[in-house]
Amino acid sequence: MSILINSDTRLIVQGITGRDGSFHAQKMKEYGTNVVGGVSPGKGGQKVGDIPVFNTVEEAVKATKANATIIFVPPAFSADAIYEASQAGIELVIAITEGVPTLDMVELMPYLKKNGTKLIGPNCPGLVTPGEALAGILPGNIFKKGNIGLMSRSGTLTYEMVNQLTTNGLGQSTCVGIGGDPVAGLYYEELLEMFENDPQTEAIVLIGEIGGDAEERAAKYIQEKVTKPVVAFIAGQTAPPGKRMGHAGAIISSGSGTAAEKIKAFEEAGVPVAKKPTEIPVLIKERLGM
Amino acid sequence: MKIHEYQAKEIFADYEIPVSDEILCHSVEEVEKAAEKLGLPVVVKAQVLAGGRGKAGGVKLAKTKEELVNAANQILGMDIKGYTVEKVLTAKAISFTDEFYVGLTIDRNSKSVVFMASSEGGVEIEEVAKENPDAIHKFIIDAEIGLMPFQARQIAFKLFNDIKLVRQGADLFEKLYRLFIDTDASLAEINPLVITADGNLMALDGKMNFDDNALFRQPEVLEMREPTEDEKTEIEAKEKGLTFIKLDGNIGCMVNGAGLAMATMDIIKIYGGEPANFLDIGGSSNPQKVIDAMNLLLADQNVKAVMINIFGGITRCDDVAKGIISALDQMDVKIPIVVRLSGTNAAEGLEILKKTNLVTVASMGEAAEKAIEMASQTV
Repeated sequence: MSILINSDTRLIVQGITGRDGSFHAQKMKEYGTNVVGGVSPGKGGQKVGDIPVFNTVEEAVKATKANATIIFVPPAFSADAIYEASQAGIELVIAITEGVPTLDMVELMPYLKKNGTKLIGPNCPGLVTPGEALAGILPGNIFKKGNIGLMSRSGTLTYEMVNQLTTNGLGQSTCVGIGGDPVAGLYYEELLEMFENDPQTEAIVLIGEIGGDAEERAAKYIQEKVTKPVVAFIAGQTAPPGKRMGHAGAIISSGSGTAAEKIKAFEEAGVPVAKKPTEIPVLIKERLGM
Repeated sequence: MKIHEYQAKEIFADYEIPVSDEILCHSVEEVEKAAEKLGLPVVVKAQVLAGGRGKAGGVKLAKTKEELVNAANQILGMDIKGYTVEKVLTAKAISFTDEFYVGLTIDRNSKSVVFMASSEGGVEIEEVAKENPDAIHKFIIDAEIGLMPFQARQIAFKLFNDIKLVRQGADLFEKLYRLFIDTDASLAEINPLVITADGNLMALDGKMNFDDNALFRQPEVLEMREPTEDEKTEIEAKEKGLTFIKLDGNIGCMVNGAGLAMATMDIIKIYGGEPANFLDIGGSSNPQKVIDAMNLLLADQNVKAVMINIFGGITRCDDVAKGIISALDQMDVKIPIVVRLSGTNAAEGLEILKKTNLVTVASMGEAAEKAIEMASQTV
């Protein structure tokens, strides 16, 4: 078991003929992901490597029975691509694109809810179930199959953490990059629920950052509903207020969204918070009695 | 992106939200002329892109010509949170009987636009939120139907007893919602919204922020942008695909990814150092970016050592290494550089760097320690 994706996932790539789309389609396939097709309007009938390209998501789903899609289209057209996937009955949409207008996402959310479409991102690195499927831009070689579930608002910081886990003998069930935008799809609470219910996952790593109050809400959820051990890390502990640290979400405004508040919330919920990435495997081993 | 009060109120006026008669001025003479036109008393208000100007003395009421000249002299050129006041808004003083707060923003948790309204207007809403959260009414707006008239009335009934004001308020709130959506705003705030002595609603102050991701489709909003010196560097960096924020320390950082860049700043502090900047070179393998980034770092005279922390994913470590080499070829770099490369093509990258005298380390902790040590030895 794992969450969201596995060897049964049938993935299509929207924007497959673009630079990033074609590169990562091949990379995902090399990893072993079941990439069944791609979509690029006007390029239907072509192939990227041996992956067939379709004009519309609807055609791609009809021909390939795809149940997941990954989106590499430019920001101005991303919301449209997500609508198209949802309308075609795709269950899981992973939006990699950075720079999608926030109101586009706000307008999109009720439609996804109505159709029961799960969204990860936008502005995210995607997700991996090691040994089974990789849907994203993450470097496959750092992951190892195992029992740790991981969720993160950041990309490369996730790689850093996964590297710490893997080199310390801690494999992963599924690692999910939820993205750094203020309005995004699946968030901590939904993923915590999935990991809690996943028999393969024995412990959970949550990597947060400054801005918003999602970490505080996650801490509350953990305290009330999660029985598995959780450890956390917060990036931006030394960030000055009022400065947006790259991610649209990562800003401390008016004294809220600070690392100190988030760390306090986690500690009150019995979730230890690592000061440095190297402490994460130590804390997990402690919590698992290893 | 932020704009000034006078710009926000120009947008309000375009949507027929009542605002006071006011004139933008750049000098004491202009303020005098404006007051002649508007008639005393007037309020002189500093126009800076920072909050808390009232507390800083940037807003003054002038009843006489003497008070007017004093106010203009004091406020023009004043420093508010590092911003120099170069323009003021001269507005006709309005007598009012009551003040309120209304504002629209994006709520991350409900993933919706949220309308906030409070009877405690005129003070900073963040303070109300902390001390008396129940005084703020929140209404989540369903994106599928927008702000409907009934919901606008619901909000208005929370603030006003008089049905005439409820109708005026509901109409004004719908306009505020429309302009928020039309301009891709991230914040649209009227504080205070007042009931004037003659019993009508008026926006006495306005604040708007916009979604940077949507500026590509908002040319009129983009035209209002007025970057500060620091922001100019940041915008210049953005055009090169870099995210740069200047800080006060002496260790220049070059990192790929925002989260890792924040964690890098954190780890430098944990080991007792001070980062000179936040610099995310993003996910790309273009060696030119590394050169541009190096130029940015070295332009800061405070930088005594550079720490490069790369975890390759999309970014390939060998490309970063090539970028470092060509940057060193083109520039006269006198300060020490520590490099940490991990992930995609790290081994190839480290092989390339062997030819240089750069210090290479395996982990970000070591990189931070080494950078701090070397910075302390650099004059």
